[in-house]
Amino acid sequence: MFIYIARRIALGVSVLLVTLVVTFLIFFAGPADPAQSLCAENRCPAVKLEQIRTSMGLDRPISVQFAEYFQGLFVGRDITDGGNVNHCSAPCLGYSFHNHLQVSDEVFRRFPTTVALALLAMVVFLGVGVSLGVVAATRRGSAFDRTLVGVSQVFGAIPYIVVALLFALYFTVLYPILPQTHPFSDGFGPWIVGLIAPAIVLGLVTSTAYVRYTRAQMVDTLAQDYVRTARSKGISGRSVIYKHGLRAALSPVLTILGLDMAGLLSGTLITEQIFSVDGLGKLAITALIQTDDLPIIMGTVLLGCVIVVALNIVVDIAYSFVDPRVRLS
Amino acid sequence: MSTGTSPSGASIRDRVGSAGDVVLKVEDLSVRFASDEGPVNAVQNLSYEARLGRTLAVVGESGSGKSVSSMTLLGLHNPKRTTITGSITLDGTELVGASEETMRGLRSSSVAMVFQDPQSSLHPFFKVGKQIAEAYRAHHHVSAAVANTRAVEMLERVGIPNPARRAKQYPHEFSGGMRQRAMIALGLVNDPKLLVADEPTTALDVTVQAQILDLIKDLQQEFGSAVILITHDLAVVAEVADDILVMYAGRAVEKGLAKHVLSQPNHPYTMGLLESVPSASEEVQELRAIRGAPPSLVYLPSGCSFHPRCDYQDQVPGERCVTELPELRILPNGRQIRCHLVDPERVLSQETSR
Ligand SMILES: Nc1ncnc2c1ncn2[C@@H]1O[C@H](COP(=O)(O)OP(=O)(O)OP(=O)(O)O)[C@@H](O)[C@H]1O
Ligand SMILES: [Mg+2]
Repeated sequence: MFIYIARRIALGVSVLLVTLVVTFLIFFAGPADPAQSLCAENRCPAVKLEQIRTSMGLDRPISVQFAEYFQGLFVGRDITDGGNVNHCSAPCLGYSFHNHLQVSDEVFRRFPTTVALALLAMVVFLGVGVSLGVVAATRRGSAFDRTLVGVSQVFGAIPYIVVALLFALYFTVLYPILPQTHPFSDGFGPWIVGLIAPAIVLGLVTSTAYVRYTRAQMVDTLAQDYVRTARSKGISGRSVIYKHGLRAALSPVLTILGLDMAGLLSGTLITEQIFSVDGLGKLAITALIQTDDLPIIMGTVLLGCVIVVALNIVVDIAYSFVDPRVRLS
Repeated sequence: MSTGTSPSGASIRDRVGSAGDVVLKVEDLSVRFASDEGPVNAVQNLSYEARLGRTLAVVGESGSGKSVSSMTLLGLHNPKRTTITGSITLDGTELVGASEETMRGLRSSSVAMVFQDPQSSLHPFFKVGKQIAEAYRAHHHVSAAVANTRAVEMLERVGIPNPARRAKQYPHEFSGGMRQRAMIALGLVNDPKLLVADEPTTALDVTVQAQILDLIKDLQQEFGSAVILITHDLAVVAEVADDILVMYAGRAVEKGLAKHVLSQPNHPYTMGLLESVPSASEEVQELRAIRGAPPSLVYLPSGCSFHPRCDYQDQVPGERCVTELPELRILPNGRQIRCHLVDPERVLSQETSR
């Protein structure tokens, strides 16, 4: 077990290192020109662009830049920015080109908001999706079942951005029954309450997939021989459905959950943008679209990769506890 | 429900009732399913009895309604899609139309079932001992520890070595034969008066098959319960059954003592089944499968369901086989058959010798 986990972590770390190199090359050696977007003037004179590049260190060879970045990640480094020397301690992701704040601070400051949003949404989509899916499966073919499957298909088919926009418009603007979002600095209460609206819409829309998935798994499981055996023991119908049926039906759901949570935790781009949630997704989008802020983009991408790799390991370990046939060796 | 035996004291039976008592009486049972094609008449007008200490073999080709009729004994059909008529009396309780609550009380405690495929019949996520203990606790108010002891005891009883350790393992750590033993332990944990084994050996390899059959035989002697053994293997019947019920297309076509029926079948279908069994004792083997295939249960043939495949229609005057469904009738030798032949024993024995 320990050997297995250690191996998985080692593998995860090597995946991360490769991702680090590849993303660095894509962003820093690619066509993006941050100097252009930092230049205030409309048609930036070449001399000025050159100055900006030099001050950001972008004129040096890519290998030197990477070595610096790599060193910063693990031991920290000093960064010269317009004549001042600032120490950036590990894990140093550099300074934002845009507002000259430390990228790691910018990222980690927003991480709790994204985590909270993802967890709240998870509560909604697991609660709603799994319970409705189970009920639909046990009443297969009933009016309830058919309505539910229909509704979930319709909702799943409408582009998410439309649903989210309408929801935000109706419930936070036209009929503001749900509170507006607040940054963490406004205090814990307003901050967490503000996440309710985005969590509901994100959770509900995600739950349509969980309804269908849980229902399908449950229908399949309830037809299994071991469920018939369970019924033949004379235990209650409840035990049969929840203890024997749901337990087996949920283990494949766990895999999907891991993937979905990895996605949500690395930032929910559309939701955060629409509800102005100050999380990783919004940070990344702003950096990408408005400012070509490469260090911020690099930082959010790297954090996303760490989350994906970590959750994969967590899911594998969790799976081995749920399904004894999966041996970690 | 339960007789309240202590987990360790149940090995010596002091059952109310003795060998030969009728514990199950099935009368005029019909089971029909709704399907897209139309109603499926899986079982029709079926009557039989099971007695304590005796083994009843139910045989017939695939699709003849063996499993459907026995699952009715545990009330395992979906009530929304199934119409059940007739009467099933288990130890004095009427099961047709009984509430789910009543059925739940009887399952495992009065009637238990061992299913065909031990591979898929145990829950992959729960320890074997736990699964057996769960059935015990469903009918006895005992602690988990007591139920566990009982489970280990049952595993030992069905011949699983190292039962205490095995009880803590998961089904995938058991071999096929071991799993079927565990299923039998599960079936017997509440000491039911009736054990239904639905093709308990089909999924196992030959040597293991023999062991499982011996086990069922031994346990029946020890427990004294009635056993219904569903199979399409007539060699199995010869080895363990006292009585036999031959089913064709949902109906009983021949009933009698197993050894008599096997040595001298009185129904052309039973005869056909016997001829299609390879026998190890005979040097010259003439294997003859029954021609044709079993009929669709949605569109049953007119008259006798077996007539399209029967070689003896010409021995029955007129077109009776095609037009008239034969009643199950009792022959002078005590055998019951559903056939228009006037003297089937003579006709069929001529066939064998010619
Ligand atoms: N739930 C159901 N709905 C519709 N038809 C069914 C259902 N269950 C069984 N049947 C049909 O009833 C018939 C009898 O099936 P059954 O399982 O009793 O056969 P069997 O004699 O046990 O055969 P086998 O030897 O293959 O196990 C089959 O044609 C089957 O397709
Ligand atoms: Mg069957």
